[in-house]
Amino acid sequence: MGKGILGRKVGMTQIYDEKGNIVPVTVIQAGPCHVLQLRTVEKDGYDAVQIGYEDKPRRLASRSERGQVGSLSSKRSKKLATAGVDVASRADCEPKRFVRELRGSTDGYEIGQELNVDALAEVKSVDITGTSKGRGYAGVMKRHNFAGQRATHGVKKVHRHAGGTGCSAAPSRVFKGRRMSGQYGNARVTTRNLKVVNVDAENHLLIVRGAIPGPNGGLVVVEETNKLG
Amino acid sequence: MNKQELIKLVDQGSLAESPPQFDIGDTVDVHSKILEGEKERIQIFTGTVIARAGFGMNETFTVRRIVAGEGVERKFPINSPRIDQVVVKRSSVVRRAKLYFLRDRIGKAVRLKERRRS
Repeated sequence: MGKGILGRKVGMTQIYDEKGNIVPVTVIQAGPCHVLQLRTVEKDGYDAVQIGYEDKPRRLASRSERGQVGSLSSKRSKKLATAGVDVASRADCEPKRFVRELRGSTDGYEIGQELNVDALAEVKSVDITGTSKGRGYAGVMKRHNFAGQRATHGVKKVHRHAGGTGCSAAPSRVFKGRRMSGQYGNARVTTRNLKVVNVDAENHLLIVRGAIPGPNGGLVVVEETNKLG
Repeated sequence: MNKQELIKLVDQGSLAESPPQFDIGDTVDVHSKILEGEKERIQIFTGTVIARAGFGMNETFTVRRIVAGEGVERKFPINSPRIDQVVVKRSSVVRRAKLYFLRDRIGKAVRLKERRRS
């Protein structure tokens, strides 16, 4: 995996750059994260690094979640120990609230390693993935930026409707892919190539230029961008 | 720290160390730095402060003047590093925070009563 981290969106503000221009920025509280597991081609069929963010109280974590981050004694573990089987190592940290896998080579990562936001200090641009704000069942004007219909000139109660959706007797149906009303938002959205403005390692803050998906407080995945230029 | 505190922390770096001091109704000279090609020069805009809006990083003030019989208003961010200084030339007696009523006035009616500072 390239450089990446999990965090929460704090909110937006604006700051001045060295020329005195106003820069709109989003503040993200990112890390510290722990590496929980490593996926490898030989074992799992793909390469990825599994990282966890934010401690979950032990009383809320299930036994499997606790077993994922630390060694629990169980009938199975005792059986494996007596049989002399190597058990996969554990991160030895608190159970995590958010666990995500970031695809890519596991080189330079080991289980239990702590990832901090200063790892992104050298990175120029990042891709940020989050869950967009849910807008419910939205009409075509909000969802697809349709123009709607006129306010007057005989339009009756269809001011925000779409208008025609297709042809006539031939083909007697609406073509697939016709844009209509429906669920809008609350979907996984990635904003690519956001410039890193500043990294505050002390307070675990990442500051990027522009807006990112989701509400304030939403979980986001930050990865170094693979876009060129 | 909660979200507001974190945002405040980020803003801290961009806030002006000594933001300009003036009151609503003051006639001021706003010295702003303008970059022309490579050279930087100071431009002065003179007028009456008719409003302050926003807070923190978003705080701005509005200066109004009459140029060739036409009202001109400019908004400046208070914390902008491009504002060199704000010189108060004259203070006025005003009873409200927003002097938008000046927009409806022309000629002599635009004048405000001067406030003498002790």
